[in-house]
Amino acid sequence: MRVRALIVRIIRQFLHDRRTLALLIIVPLAVLSLVYLVFDGDTYRPRIGAVGAKDSAMPDILGPYAEVAMFDSGEEAEAALAGREIDAIVRLEGGSPRVKLEGSDPARNRAVTAAVQSAMRDLAALRHQALSVPLPDFEYLHGGPDMSTFDSLSPVLIGLFAFFFVFLIAGVSFLRERTGGTLERLLATPLRRWEIVAGYTAGFGIFTSLQAVLIAGYAVGVLGSMMAGSFGWVILIMLLLSLTALSLGTFLSAFADTEYQMIQFIPLVIVPQVFFSGLFDLGSISPWLRWLSHVTPLKYGADALRDVMIRGEGWNAIRFEVFVLLGLSVAFMAANVFALRKHRKI
Amino acid sequence: MSREQRVCMSARGVVRRFGGKEVIRGITLTVRAGEIFGLLGPSGSGKTTLVKMLAGIDRATEGDIEVLGTRMPNLEVLSRIGYMAQSDALYAELTARENLEFFGALSGLRGGRLKRRMRDVMELVGLAEDLDRFVGTFSGGMKRRLSLAIALLHEPEALILDEPTVGIDPVLRKSIWDELHALSRRGTTVLVTTHVMDEAEKCGRLGMLRDGRLIAAGTPEELKAEAGAASIEEAFLHFGGVRA
Repeated sequence: MRVRALIVRIIRQFLHDRRTLALLIIVPLAVLSLVYLVFDGDTYRPRIGAVGAKDSAMPDILGPYAEVAMFDSGEEAEAALAGREIDAIVRLEGGSPRVKLEGSDPARNRAVTAAVQSAMRDLAALRHQALSVPLPDFEYLHGGPDMSTFDSLSPVLIGLFAFFFVFLIAGVSFLRERTGGTLERLLATPLRRWEIVAGYTAGFGIFTSLQAVLIAGYAVGVLGSMMAGSFGWVILIMLLLSLTALSLGTFLSAFADTEYQMIQFIPLVIVPQVFFSGLFDLGSISPWLRWLSHVTPLKYGADALRDVMIRGEGWNAIRFEVFVLLGLSVAFMAANVFALRKHRKI
Repeated sequence: MSREQRVCMSARGVVRRFGGKEVIRGITLTVRAGEIFGLLGPSGSGKTTLVKMLAGIDRATEGDIEVLGTRMPNLEVLSRIGYMAQSDALYAELTARENLEFFGALSGLRGGRLKRRMRDVMELVGLAEDLDRFVGTFSGGMKRRLSLAIALLHEPEALILDEPTVGIDPVLRKSIWDELHALSRRGTTVLVTTHVMDEAEKCGRLGMLRDGRLIAAGTPEELKAEAGAASIEEAFLHFGGVRA
């Protein structure tokens, strides 16, 4: 009854507060669309410069792999390289190519290297036709040749958005309850501490669940993100991730006195999680830092989402992550019930 | 007169420390059932801290507090107390009606009784026309009145009001005091804090608070007579150790 009163109140607050509703629902979808536009394009074709008549065959050789620009003199080519009009200059000296890269962008460096290597392979095959260099045959266990960067990022990103916006909104709302004096007023009623936490979790949960389903549905249904496994598992993981964010946000708000201090938790709580979430390759991270990844909820969510969306796995692969997220949520909620003791002892 | 003598709230040797700072320094006082008891003191004297302990939100570091015959804090007793905090604890993004419905539901009110009580208390505080306005658009005085309406909503046996008339115009202030007297006649105990001396005169009995100590208690007439003072303000100065 009392928990229901809290839920009804939170729903009414949300419906009156269009701006927060927009932040929760529209903003994640808009940002996701932006990421899609940036990362779903074709693979980058490097722009390579060549000099003079000596290397006039260059457009034919490199053409299939890169845009080739011809320059009259070495100086002109160097100027274009410095001005970042081209990514590299390729010269053939005594049969072996010399490549000078602009060098400031690793992604472009890789693109140039791959293009030049492919071109050289073609050339070698052409010259030693008799030898017939065998070409490797590629097979994929997961994913496929058409998998885009967006496909690999999207499981992590939808998890991150569900986590970040829920954390922020839940944290600030619960904090405002404290700074506005309404929490104290609530504690002057027979409302129990666990009832406050339960009411908040349920009331906010309605909207965060809606958000989680919308984000996942939008990424898969509209943006066409790779979906190898069952969408039901994706929904389950997303719901658990937002529940974890909700319980963590409301719990941490006990340690902030102002909205500004709540914002200060972002570099502390959110940013490290982004690093460990799988957005970046952590294969080479120092071992003494690696343990950190085991205490970040987002990593478990992102791992499970990847297993389902990219590798097409099911319950057996995500079981552990599901229980970790569930355990963390329960732990944060219990901690919050305890933290409210600060305001009323019983 | 026998009910006048029944005790509604009592504090015995109450001390409240925050960290090392002692805010309430050993207060003993009794509020009788059905009386209007005023806590008078300047800001920082410990009024709000004392009132929060009586309302069951805070717990005394030392000493005992009993309200309605039960040792505080106690959740069951909380539903029989109406509390109005010093800061308006309202949800600005909700309408007055939604605020009332929420707090009413927390105290177990529903259906026809909730509707009737909402109409009664809003008429009492002169906000009957503003039920469906958002609280965010209310003036300071209107918020104060809505807070009072919420405290009265579930017809509590004991009312604890922390500075209830701040920012309320004299006409409405008078009608609120008339209502407090009416409630008191019907048996509701009212504990009210104030730092306005002329309001103190309207209380049945008065406790003067200074630096966390109760420096005097009694009816306004008793206090003035004892201090040989013409006004409550002079009496306060007398008991505070300052000769006027």
